[in-house]
Amino acid sequence: MKTYIAKRLGYMFITLFIVVSITFFLMQYLPGTPFTNPEKLSVEQLEVMNEKYGLNKPVAIQYLNYLCDLARGDLGISYQYEGRSVNEILGERIGPSVLIGSQALIFGAIVGLLLGIISALKHNSFLDYGSVTIAVLGMSIPSFVFAALLQYYVGVKLGWLPAALWEGYENTIMPSLALSVTVIATVARFIRTEMLEVLGQDYIVTARAKGLSEKAVVFKHIIRNAIIPVVTMLGPLAVAIMTGTLVIEKIFTVPGLGEQFTKSILVNDYSVIMGVTLMYSALFIAIVFIVDILYGLIDPRISIKGEV
Amino acid sequence: MSKYVMIKLFMLFTLVGLVLTGCNFSSSKDTTSENDENSKTTKAKQVLNMVEASEIPTMDSSLAHDNVSFTVLSNVNEGLYRLGKASEPELAMAKDDQVSEDGLVHTYTIRDANWSNGDPVTAADFVFAWQRVFKETGQYGSMFETANILNASEIVTGEKQADTLGVKALDEKTLEVTLTTPNALLGQLLTFPTFLPQNQKFVESQGEKYALEADNLLYNGPFILSEWKHDASWKYQKNTKYWDADTVKLDEVNVFVVKEAATQLNLYDTNKVDSINLSSASVDQYKDDKDFITLADSEIFFLRFNHNHKALGNKNIRRAIDMSWDKQAHVDRILNNGSLALYGLVPKNFSTSPTGKDFRELNGELNHGDIKEAQAYLAKGLKEIGQDSVDITLTVSAVEGNDKTAEYLKNQLEKNLPQVKIKLKLVPVEQRYELESALEYEMVISAWGPDYIDPMTYIGMWVTKGSANRMDYSNPKYDALVKNISSEEDTTKRYEMMLEAEKMLFEDAAIAPLYQRGLAVLQRSTINGLVRHPSGPDFSFKWTEIDAE
Repeated sequence: MKTYIAKRLGYMFITLFIVVSITFFLMQYLPGTPFTNPEKLSVEQLEVMNEKYGLNKPVAIQYLNYLCDLARGDLGISYQYEGRSVNEILGERIGPSVLIGSQALIFGAIVGLLLGIISALKHNSFLDYGSVTIAVLGMSIPSFVFAALLQYYVGVKLGWLPAALWEGYENTIMPSLALSVTVIATVARFIRTEMLEVLGQDYIVTARAKGLSEKAVVFKHIIRNAIIPVVTMLGPLAVAIMTGTLVIEKIFTVPGLGEQFTKSILVNDYSVIMGVTLMYSALFIAIVFIVDILYGLIDPRISIKGEV
Repeated sequence: MSKYVMIKLFMLFTLVGLVLTGCNFSSSKDTTSENDENSKTTKAKQVLNMVEASEIPTMDSSLAHDNVSFTVLSNVNEGLYRLGKASEPELAMAKDDQVSEDGLVHTYTIRDANWSNGDPVTAADFVFAWQRVFKETGQYGSMFETANILNASEIVTGEKQADTLGVKALDEKTLEVTLTTPNALLGQLLTFPTFLPQNQKFVESQGEKYALEADNLLYNGPFILSEWKHDASWKYQKNTKYWDADTVKLDEVNVFVVKEAATQLNLYDTNKVDSINLSSASVDQYKDDKDFITLADSEIFFLRFNHNHKALGNKNIRRAIDMSWDKQAHVDRILNNGSLALYGLVPKNFSTSPTGKDFRELNGELNHGDIKEAQAYLAKGLKEIGQDSVDITLTVSAVEGNDKTAEYLKNQLEKNLPQVKIKLKLVPVEQRYELESALEYEMVISAWGPDYIDPMTYIGMWVTKGSANRMDYSNPKYDALVKNISSEEDTTKRYEMMLEAEKMLFEDAAIAPLYQRGLAVLQRSTINGLVRHPSGPDFSFKWTEIDAE
């Protein structure tokens, strides 16, 4: 187990290094300058600015400088928010993003599980059709449409929750709900299919035959077996949520990371682009890693050893 | 066993969620509850709630270079002059402004005013802040050149050191500014946030943290920044130590960062904010609302022609292009957001002459012809260059609906001028600037917002090799005229010369104006005296008051 984790950490590090390098060199192809009002900058002023930020040095030197700073944990200084360090910007922005993301994931997983289990147990009933319909809608309608509808009907028409802004816990509910729709749909569909498959297995018949109560059969045998693929789904779902936040954050004015990512690309804020990319990659890699570990914990058939 | 694992799993997720977030909402909740109470009680606290589409990029006046920063800085700080209710410069930190006979030396007496930490505002605060613009490589060092301040140009190019700048503190309250040539615009320019003072002792004590948070700043303006939550909101509170605090009626201004137009509208509908800009999609729905107003903005959109291009180097062809399309239909039907058709360089409601007339009114509509005239000019131009037809590539970046404008232009030009074929080239905005600077375009949709409130901010663009020219337009007579305007001290004469310069530019049909941007605004009718400026800061809250409903 320990060797396995060490090896995985090694690979994670290499992956990150490759991501950093590719992003850094691709970024050189972005047209324009990182200064926000190029329309007004004269040639002389531009030279002075480039000098100040070291942008007049060869790309290779800039790359090495960046790696050196990175090794020291310094992500550089933002161009669009002058004087503010990228570490500070990311530190401030990641909280809200992770908050709504994890709320959406937890809520979505629980509701999805319930829906899936109910529809599998009441196979071909109205409850089943109902939850299948919900799942299909959730899969096919993008989350930002739900976000806009929620904001308008719940926020404006009914006035139950604040339409937007970031002032208290109630402001996190609608963005999390909007994000959780995809999770609910995916989890419900998966668990339903899996449970239907497990229900037909011989060991379920055996369990029932040996006189176990229905409750014990469902919880100990059916759900336990059906839940394994859901855990594998959580990794990709978490990533889907991370990318989904870009639009949701903008609609609900969440001061998060996703919105910062698109903006920094639009204004060529090199150091923020690097920082956010690095952070997203790290999060993604970490999530995949955690899911792999969990997989081993839940499914006794899978054992984790040193060899990968 | 299975239950145990399930519980572990659940706890792990909850834990990951909680640990990773570490999110604090602090005390902002009281804002809303306060507002609710205010609307009920009669002796209401004066609170204004605004939106802004972006976070404040920087609060360091030496580095500031955008309207959001300018707006906040101008409301929490004050320079020698500030923009008044009609956007005219009025004395602020300076009590008076004495000019030497040759117009080169201005002596300002600093008013008895204090910083928010109790320190007096001194002449040295200005010297320190102005030199710091160059030491910190602020983007608006060029503003000192525009103001003709001694040695500014040499400092920008690195020939001289920042401390040679023509500004001196004669004593604690007397500031002397030396110019290279007299400047009728100086008062106007000094309202620009780059000229704000900074308290040296405070700035140095903050080090790298200066201006990063509301606590790392000092204030000497009508308001203080009492709260600044990055990318979410900021809050102004009345500065009780401000020298003119009696004039300030608002107790508090909350500004929320809201990037989506639809979200802004929803917040307006739920009474969370008091003034928003409408996107053109919502204009039709709200144009009969009692809160709906349209305002002329001062940003202009126009076609830059590459004057080195064979066909576009011909002034008759340029004029034909300018005249051949329906500018009014474009702003009414395509843009539909309060924008105005533009037949000139200087926009409407921007500058008034010494006699109190609008610049645009005085010079009228330039190159406003009909399709027949346009066709005649085109035929003449084509004959001059010996071609039967002309193919032009129109470069455009898809911001502010300019892609739609480009489609409309293509359609109109090709319909009205059969010899002209237009090819559209859509590029990202950053690339557009690069192509413009490198003159790698034939015709491009450009925009320009003013740096200060004077026609020269537009007229000065077109001098030969000027950094904003970017189309190789060159007319020695125009250059000479612009040079004379810059040193002319008689305001009436100067204004006449500016009118003449604009006419000269249009005799050459150097550019083809498209439109002047307008704003479609929803704003509560109870708000009084919310002053909007055509340049620099967007708003001044100093004179704003909220009427009881």
